[in-house]
Parts: sequence; structure tokens; C-alpha cells
Amino acid sequence: MDIYLLEAIINGILLGGVLALLALGLNLIFGVIDVVWIAYADIVMCGMYVIYFLYAQYGVPLPLACLIAIVAMAAFGVLVHLLIIAPVLNSPPINQLLATGGLLFFLQSFATLLFGTDFRNIGVRLPILEIATLYISFSRLIAFVVGLVGAIALYLFLKRTYIGTAIRAIAQDREIVGLMGVDQRRIYLVTSAIGGALAGLAACLLALQYDVHPFIGNTFGPVIFMICVLGGLGNMIGGFIASFIISQIIAIGGYYSNIELSYVLAFTFFIVLMFFRPRGIFAR
Amino acid sequence: MSLSRMSMLVGLAILIALPAVVPPYFLHLLIQILLWAFIYTAWALMGRFGFVSFGHGAFMGVGAYVPALLWNYYDVTPWIGIPVGIALSILLAIIIGYPCFRLRVVGHYFALVTLALSQVVLLSLTAARDITGGSLGFTPRAVGHSWYALQFPDKAYFYAISVVLWLIGLYVWRRIDLGINREALEAISEDEDAAAAVGINVLREKLRVTIISAALTALGGAIYGQYFMYLNPETVSGIAVSLQIVFAVIAGGVYSLLGPTVGSLLTLSLTEGLRVWFGTNFIGAANTIYGILLILCIIFMPQGIVGALQGLRPRRSQTKVAPAE
Repeated sequence: MDIYLLEAIINGILLGGVLALLALGLNLIFGVIDVVWIAYADIVMCGMYVIYFLYAQYGVPLPLACLIAIVAMAAFGVLVHLLIIAPVLNSPPINQLLATGGLLFFLQSFATLLFGTDFRNIGVRLPILEIATLYISFSRLIAFVVGLVGAIALYLFLKRTYIGTAIRAIAQDREIVGLMGVDQRRIYLVTSAIGGALAGLAACLLALQYDVHPFIGNTFGPVIFMICVLGGLGNMIGGFIASFIISQIIAIGGYYSNIELSYVLAFTFFIVLMFFRPRGIFAR
Repeated sequence: MSLSRMSMLVGLAILIALPAVVPPYFLHLLIQILLWAFIYTAWALMGRFGFVSFGHGAFMGVGAYVPALLWNYYDVTPWIGIPVGIALSILLAIIIGYPCFRLRVVGHYFALVTLALSQVVLLSLTAARDITGGSLGFTPRAVGHSWYALQFPDKAYFYAISVVLWLIGLYVWRRIDLGINREALEAISEDEDAAAAVGINVLREKLRVTIISAALTALGGAIYGQYFMYLNPETVSGIAVSLQIVFAVIAGGVYSLLGPTVGSLLTLSLTEGLRVWFGTNFIGAANTIYGILLILCIIFMPQGIVGALQGLRPRRSQTKVAPAE
């Protein structure tokens, strides 16, 4: 097999790890609260700015900066829920979608207002691994491994802890759970915090690979929604698998043509598949 | 009735007389407001029945690029190019709409499928940079004042065109509002199964309104391109434009005739006002305020500004529009 193709495939798998992490956060929120956070990718953008300013401007050590970013984004998730989602919880779903869309507008333009449209890089240069004439970026490898670990940790949390069980129960039937003595509002807050923290974690991983700018959310936001819908909104395992399918299409498509066309291919694949499996690939 | 007809005529007379008195800068603003109002009204044709499309950037992009490309490369007059662009948009609407409506892709799923569509058009336009100029944009070949090329350096011509377009948009909205289809569409937006059970052809009704909406959006995009004489994938297509359309309409009011127009007036004057006020030091200030307003609108008055104002009038308070599902 062509060595460059192999490299593209490996890069695709590594990209899939970060996408899976993001899709996981979005799916968790959708499955539990039943709201699509259109602005999810822009919360990642905020996290990346937090890391940039703490690490590159104020000299905070990188691991600490990452930790602060994760905690800050968790708090931000709670704030988003309290200020924007809670008031429209009983509105038609499309209004909820639009309310978080307003947040998207706000975050992107507020970031432009504060930081301008410059591309900023945190300036960490990680080595490039060379394994038998294959070149693999170390930062992507880290992103993949951490993404995977994050996904497994979330899985264990949902399976093994009381709150995790309550979260899964709410996703299954939100009426009965109330009768079982679970406080819905608390679960919603915990879920929003976890969703925000996952966005913060993804921000740490993406900050190693990409420049931060106010509109970075637009570059991978639509891809994450596509992955979630493809895997079935709220279906976490489906979203996990779908992120690797989509990242492979993007990577291999990029190998044969250019990057825009590979995204066109991915979106077209998504649209066509929607017609065969309107509730996602893994819908029962 | 006669009073409202009178005020309508007076308003129209003022609109027609405006180019004679206002300076070119304001005329430029007015043209933009009317063109966007037309596109917003086209979107509202679907949006008011709960078919929230994030794909109108795709229709606008096709409508704007096809006539410009045909003109530059094949010397085809926009009088043919624009209908071709509209036809392609309709085709796109059918390709997406038919399977979606057939297979009951609704709500979130419909919004996200159409979002993917507008990304496909945006990225295709960017990827075909040898032909379209990619993200650097595309400039139709200018020939000066010409009816054949539909290019007029004098703004008064485009002002007249956009007034006519805007009136066409309002007329179509009104026709659908008063027609029997509206009842059918409202029934569909409430409950598709029940609507089908009482004999409504759900697929046909949804497809028809989608095609009308897509065609008008493409026409709006084409005139937008002819007026600005510069096209950029980001400004006529993609997620940003689609979201802009959705939010301006929601802010103005999706359930009322003049709601989209108010949305257009509001957003454009806000953007321009803040730009003039702050200068270019505060890029993004307008959209920041805009974003906050949108969130507040959705939370406190989901019927939009016009809807909320109508709700204040006691006579109309009985006919409060049910929010679409």
C-alpha cells in the first residue's frame, strides 16, 4: 500500500479521537437534556483562548492551564444551562436550537471584539514521531490517546456511579425518573458541567494542533453535529463509531483530492445516509 | 380596511419617492435592507410552519454564483443565467426536500441535514477555486450601464428592483397566508400523522412551500450578486449566512407579514449604526449585541418583535399564533 495513503489513514484515526470526544459531550447533553447545543464548538473555542492566555501570555504551566480551562468550561456549561437552556426548557425544540444559536453568534463576535481576528498559537512544538518511514504528529497522538481515555472514563462514570446511573435513567425516561426520587434539575446541571468539561478537554487537545481564532468553531462545529446525527442523536456509542467513519472519509478524501472536497464528500455522505437511515446508522 | 389600505399606499409612495431625496449611502442601505427582507421573507415561508431550514445559504449561493459564472465564462446574459440559477436551486431543494419529507426527517434532523447542504455548497464553491476564485471571491465582468448585463452603476435602478422584489415576496407570503394550503401546512406542523389522516398530501404541501422558498431565495441571491458585483462563498453561502437568515427572521417575527422586513431593518441598522458609532475599532460589537438580543428574543418573545407588538393590541390578542412544533 502507498505509504502516504497509510499515513492519511493513521491521521484519520488520530483525528477521530478528538472528534469522538466532542461528539460524546454533545451527545450526552442531547441524550439527557434533549437540547442541541449549536454553540458547542464555540465553547471549545473559549477553552482554547483560556489556555492561550494562561500559558502563552501569563506563563502558567501548561498542565495547570489545561486543568483551569477544563474547570472553567465546566462552570461555563452550568452557566449556559442556567441562563439560556433552563428558561426555554419547555419551548419547542427548534426554539432551544435557536437560543443556543444566539449564543454561537454572541461567543464568536464577543471573541472578535476582545481578541480581534488574529490567529494565535500557544507555541508548543511537539516532536514528530518517525516510525518506519511513517511520520506521525505527536500532538495528534496525544489527542487521540487522551480522547480515548476521556471516552472510557465517561463510560465508567455513567456505568458505575450513582449520578451516572441517574443520568442514563433520565435519558431513557424523564417522567418516571422523577418518581424514583431523582432530582432532575441537579442531573441537568451535572450533565451540563460534564459537557462543558469535555469541551474544555477537547480545547486542550486542539490547542496543541491548531491556531486559536474566533471562528475556529465554524471549521469543526458542523462536522460534530453531522457525526452526532449519523450515530443517532443521544447514542454515545454510535457517535463514537461515526466519528471514526467521518474522520476516515475526510482523511482519505484529502489524500485523493483537496481538503475542501473531502469535507464536501463527508457532508454528502451524511446527507445521503440520512435518507437511508434517518435516525442514524445504528438506530434500532 | 380603507385606513390600512391608505397607509399602505402612503408608505409605498414614500418608498418610491425616497431615491430622489436621500443621499447615495442611505440608498445603498435601503437596497440592502429590502434585498435581505426579500430573502428573509422567503425563508419565513417555510420557517413559520416549523420547517426550520439552515440550508438557505445553499440556495442563495447557487442563485448568486450561477448567473455570474455563466456571464463571465460564456457571455450568457443574466436574463437567462438567473432563471438557470433558480432552476438549479429548485432542483437542489427537491433533491434534499423529497427524501427528507418522504422519510419524515423533521425538527432537529431536518435542520442539521439542511445545515450540511449549505456546507456542501460553501465548500464546493471554495474548492472550485480555479473557476470561482475560492475564498478570494468572484467579480462579474463589469460593462457599465446595461439592461442586457443587468448592471446599473446608478443605484436608483437597483433600488427600484429591490422594492419590486420585496413587494413580490410580501405578495407570495400573503397568498400562502390566505390560501387553503396554509391550513394544511399548519396542520402538518402540528401533527404530520393527523394531517395525513384527514387527507392532506403532506409530501406535496411541504415540497411546494420548500420549492417556492428556495426559488425566491435564489432570486434574491442573484440580484444581490448583480448589485454588489462581488461574490464571496462566505458572504452568500454557508453556515454563517444560513444562521443570519434564521436569526433575523426570528428576531423580527416569523409569524407575521412584516416580521422578516423588521428583522432586516433592525439587524442592518444595528450593524451599520454600531459601525458608524464605534468606527472599526470594535469589530464584532454589533454581532455581540445582536447575539444577546437573539437569546433574549427566543426566551421572552418567541413570536418576534412584530408578533409581540401585535399581541399588545387587544383585538389581536385572541388570535395568538401557536408556536410551531
